[in-house]
Amino acid sequence: MNITQSPAGPSILVTGTSSDSHTWNLVYLQLLLEEAGCRVTNLGACVPPVLVAAECLARDPDLVVVSSVNGHGGADGLRLIEVLRAQPDLAGTPVVIGGKLATDGLRNVGLVRRLRAAGYDAVFDNGDLARFRTLISRLSARVAS
Amino acid sequence: MTAAAPLGEFVARAQAGGALVVQPRMGFSDPATMRAGLAATKAAAATTVGTITLDSYTRVGDDEAVARALRERTPLNGYPIVALPRSTSQAVLDGLRDATFPVQVRHGSATPDRIFAALIELGLDATEGGPVSYCLPYSRTPLREAVASWRRSCRLLAATAGRGAAPHLESFGGCMLGQLCPPGLLVAITLLEALFFVQHGLRSISLSYAQQQNPEQDRQALAALRRLAGELLPGVEWHIVLYAYMGVYPRTQGGAMRLLGAAAELAVGAGAARLIVKTAAEAHRIPTIADNVEALELAAGRAARAARRDDRGPGDEPDDEVYLEARALVEAVAGLDPDVGRALLTAFGRGLLDVPFCLHPDNAGRTRSYVDDRGWLRWSDTGAMPIPAARPGRPTGRLTAAGLLAALSGVQRRYDEGAR
Repeated sequence: MNITQSPAGPSILVTGTSSDSHTWNLVYLQLLLEEAGCRVTNLGACVPPVLVAAECLARDPDLVVVSSVNGHGGADGLRLIEVLRAQPDLAGTPVVIGGKLATDGLRNVGLVRRLRAAGYDAVFDNGDLARFRTLISRLSARVAS
Repeated sequence: MTAAAPLGEFVARAQAGGALVVQPRMGFSDPATMRAGLAATKAAAATTVGTITLDSYTRVGDDEAVARALRERTPLNGYPIVALPRSTSQAVLDGLRDATFPVQVRHGSATPDRIFAALIELGLDATEGGPVSYCLPYSRTPLREAVASWRRSCRLLAATAGRGAAPHLESFGGCMLGQLCPPGLLVAITLLEALFFVQHGLRSISLSYAQQQNPEQDRQALAALRRLAGELLPGVEWHIVLYAYMGVYPRTQGGAMRLLGAAAELAVGAGAARLIVKTAAEAHRIPTIADNVEALELAAGRAARAARRDDRGPGDEPDDEVYLEARALVEAVAGLDPDVGRALLTAFGRGLLDVPFCLHPDNAGRTRSYVDDRGWLRWSDTGAMPIPAARPGRPTGRLTAAGLLAALSGVQRRYDEGAR
């Protein structure tokens, strides 16, 4: 389940956050990305930031997709991006985050802004899948060309 | 202070008296709110057990994140029992936990040593989880570490017996990634965890199962669980706890309440003694105390009506598919090693137990399952597990993202249809 091969497409690292135990979101994203022709490494639930960083350094993915649905995604996501961006080799790696990022279930404009400012290339609060699919098809086109 | 009721004894007494025990999943980081939640659970018009659910930073042992949240007054998604002073937690429980109201700590931790120590220090004696069920779905902790931690934690809890405590431990094994796991494996895992608990000194156990998509398959699973528990746990006090559906929940109030009502009826009809409820708010937000009380009272009412309609209880069970599958798995694993913990490690290492769609590095990941058109969970690939591969005529195509969503949202769809 965890690693799939599809030689041509972009390589994508999918991960949960350090405190989030949910995995259906991660399984779903893996299947969605594979169907779009991506190669997926899925780190699963409760991944500490240092492990995400180590996997990024080892695999040099075209994109890192962080997904969280437990309500701590904002805080955990900020800690994660700080660790990733602190690595000079990961300063330019595209990293996006999405899911249910805050406990109140409302779209949190301030939180989205803070996540962007901290270094995420895109934030998909409350699972904005249409925009995510657009991003993936652009990435696939770029990698293929 | 009145002596607290041991959870196992309390539930057995309620079941003998014809009442289904109902319990919320409640947990708040603010001690005053936590106390209010317990008080409301106790006051609900139902036979209830109180719940303290811990936050996910405490679950993974991230003390720094808990401390920061407490300092900055950021709400957590549960009660931080390890970080808060003992006197604070005692004040939360004081006068509430008594002979009529046991309290269970729910946590989700793969390595719960400090959580067990904290709850024992508070005089609490009921909690839940298990070395497999709180490791594979919810962490990246190596299974070996989880087994070692649960071994220590079980012994610590078991050692409180007789000192005013009657420790009770529930296996969460029947619920893990249950939305797409055929019940034979779920029943086997909760039984194997129960055997693990008993091997480490516990004598009051509960076995779990989560409501799935087809009531007939659920009845078979609960019957298999009862029968195998009777065969495998002689001399142990045990009961079955049913979880109301744990997957994607109906969005409508009517749909959510019908699903919960169906869980209550299933529990009564299949001989489960305790029900963990879900609320109508589930699909939208973290439930409030009032949401929880509403769910507890609705479930208790439905259970009481179901019990009046049918007081025969479950009868003799045939050797159905779930029973045979679960027995084959338990026997294969138990035969690997007299030490249940080591047997579990070997079993997962060889793929004799293999949970479909589980991303944990110690899970073989060679099995696949699907939901058939009647809502039965079935195997499409049993990997190296010692059970027959699925019947002929099964769908053989790869599960797609859309297919996964459809399978995961089947219950929501069915219960929302026609509901207001």
